Amino acid sequence: MKFDWFVVPFAVGLVGLILFLTLKYVRWILSLPKEERKKIRKSFFSTKIFAFVWEVFREALLHVRIFKKNIILGYMHSSFAFGWFLLIVFGAIEVEFANSRHANHLYEPIFFRFFHRDPSVLEHHAFFTFIMDAILLYILSGLLLALTKRLYSRLMGMKKTTRLYWTDKIALYSLWLIFPLRLLAESSTAGIYANGGFMTNHVGSFLANLLPLEKIMYPLWWMYSIDLFLFFAFLPFSRYMHIPTEIVLIALRQAGIYTKNKITGFSQLEINACSSCGICIDACQIQDVLGRQNMIPAYLFQKIRHEKVLKPALYDCLICGRCEEACPVNINILNIKVAKRNEKLNHKHQQYDYLRQVTTELPKTQIAYFAGCMSHLTPSIKKAMVSIFEKTHTPFTFIDEDGSICCGRPLQLSGKIEDAKILMQKNKEIIAASGAEILVTSCPICYKVFNEEYQLAIKVMHHSQLFDLWSKQGKLKLNAQPIKASYHDPCDLGRGSHVYDAPRHILNQVITLQETAYQKEHSLCCGGSLGNFYFQEKDKVQVAQDAYDKIMTNHSEMLITSCPLCKKTFQKVAEKPVIDLAEIIDKALMQ
Amino acid sequence: MKNFGFSVNKSRVIEYDQNDRALFYYLMRVEPSVSLCIACGACTATCSAGAFSSLDFHKIMLSIRRGEKVYIAKEITQCMLCGKCQLVCPKNVNTRGVILQILSFLQSSQL
Repeated sequence: MKFDWFVVPFAVGLVGLILFLTLKYVRWILSLPKEERKKIRKSFFSTKIFAFVWEVFREALLHVRIFKKNIILGYMHSSFAFGWFLLIVFGAIEVEFANSRHANHLYEPIFFRFFHRDPSVLEHHAFFTFIMDAILLYILSGLLLALTKRLYSRLMGMKKTTRLYWTDKIALYSLWLIFPLRLLAESSTAGIYANGGFMTNHVGSFLANLLPLEKIMYPLWWMYSIDLFLFFAFLPFSRYMHIPTEIVLIALRQAGIYTKNKITGFSQLEINACSSCGICIDACQIQDVLGRQNMIPAYLFQKIRHEKVLKPALYDCLICGRCEEACPVNINILNIKVAKRNEKLNHKHQQYDYLRQVTTELPKTQIAYFAGCMSHLTPSIKKAMVSIFEKTHTPFTFIDEDGSICCGRPLQLSGKIEDAKILMQKNKEIIAASGAEILVTSCPICYKVFNEEYQLAIKVMHHSQLFDLWSKQGKLKLNAQPIKASYHDPCDLGRGSHVYDAPRHILNQVITLQETAYQKEHSLCCGGSLGNFYFQEKDKVQVAQDAYDKIMTNHSEMLITSCPLCKKTFQKVAEKPVIDLAEIIDKALMQ
Repeated sequence: MKNFGFSVNKSRVIEYDQNDRALFYYLMRVEPSVSLCIACGACTATCSAGAFSSLDFHKIMLSIRRGEKVYIAKEITQCMLCGKCQLVCPKNVNTRGVILQILSFLQSSQL
């Protein structure tokens, strides 16, 4: 039997890790509601399994999304994941060829060169030693890049790299040591028995000239095994938990499970699938402009994993979605944050008895217009909308003309999800009473919640979408204006609801639109977000100023946005006019 | 006795010695913008909930200073957190932050 005592640390570490992970995942999956567990069972026996394998290959091994961010960063991550995977696969095949029996010990591929010292008796020896050395070289090149990233992260398109927790550091250093130790252990054996490949044989003969290899070979194999044990032991308590968790997460996501309003076992999987890669650090405007870092998912999830969540870290967030957009693991960061807020704000219900007074007698038309709280505070937008409806001779019902109740999204963003439902129910009654077929809103905050949460039987449109529809129907006759302007994608309309093209279609007919680096999914938050409960005025102004300066190009004569709140926030810092899409359309509309 | 439909007004004396101002000190620590409030009433004038209910944010701010917790606990739960008050505040008080902190304080003090 191929055995030596040094295999024990590795074997104990691996078996312990597998047991620990299995228990954890089973517990999380069992904590899911019955219907979600049913979805998982169903997806196992469906074609979704192919999509799962494909996504695991693309994202957990090759890291295609990271490649898209930065090629060097992608190469670095894939060299560890895909390289290690190849090492395991080819190692297992090599053992199959070397041994006549099929049931081999778990550790045998790992310590193969130690146990099989006579190359002449091994089948396809030259091929396997070449392949295994090439894979090791591939991983070592990634390791070199990882070391460089710690010193100079800008090489990989990152301004900052993640600050690590102490358990992360132990896991990181032991991971970094695994492959050089493997190289040294295999090379020392190759230096004595010449059983290595192009790299290990050469390194081995080089070492043989310098060191007494017979004496150091055995301790090197021990060190390699102990280092593997250390990595396995610290993996569950470090960011490297993402390695196994991401695979389980992909499987459950393929089954159609996601985090909604509450922290569930699935959310735990998402939190543990965060690799703290740090791509979200540069995406966060609060970090970029104000230098605060608590709210960044890489750090927030680190804290949640170690059960240390500070309230400011949860509430000092714009919920703008830039981190979620940047996340290579596609973690539903915003929903997790809101669900976590819900956990913290477990108050008794709000008292909304006064909602009974809100009247619901409305004239019946095809279009119902809901300006929303923010449009009522920027009256030029609602006036422009009314004017557009009148100019186009469109009968409409202004359902909150004399003020109304809030749409519920601000309350939802605070985490008070159950209370938000009470407002939603009342608004639903009002909308139903209007008898309209289309609900139009000027506020992206209202649009998002009406569209996604209310489950209305009627069509919900943001005014930019309505204009786009009318323009396609030939209902809007617009005069082109000699204006060069930048367009700002509001967070809830752009990243939140993926409405990027409608405002651009319509604006291109009216003005000359200036391209910027901060548009569509890369758009910046104005800072006025209703998702942040921690911002002071000076923070808001700083973020708005930074965003304004970045969005406005030299040629832009004005800033156009589609959100009343963004308009109000930008107006405080803007040197040039800031107007809403509705206002420019009203101006350009031929009667 | 004949009922004339009138009663004696409740005393409007503010008992600073008996009132507990812990909430005010808590807010001064966690949300210092609370000290900027001049109780001008702009928030109340624009309040969506105030249009239908007795919610009066500037009165709540006054009550915070006076330590009238029972009134605050009763009124604050009518807020919809829509943020209009914050946008019109001339002193830039982080009103939504104040409300969340009050709720959090009241929750922990079991009121």
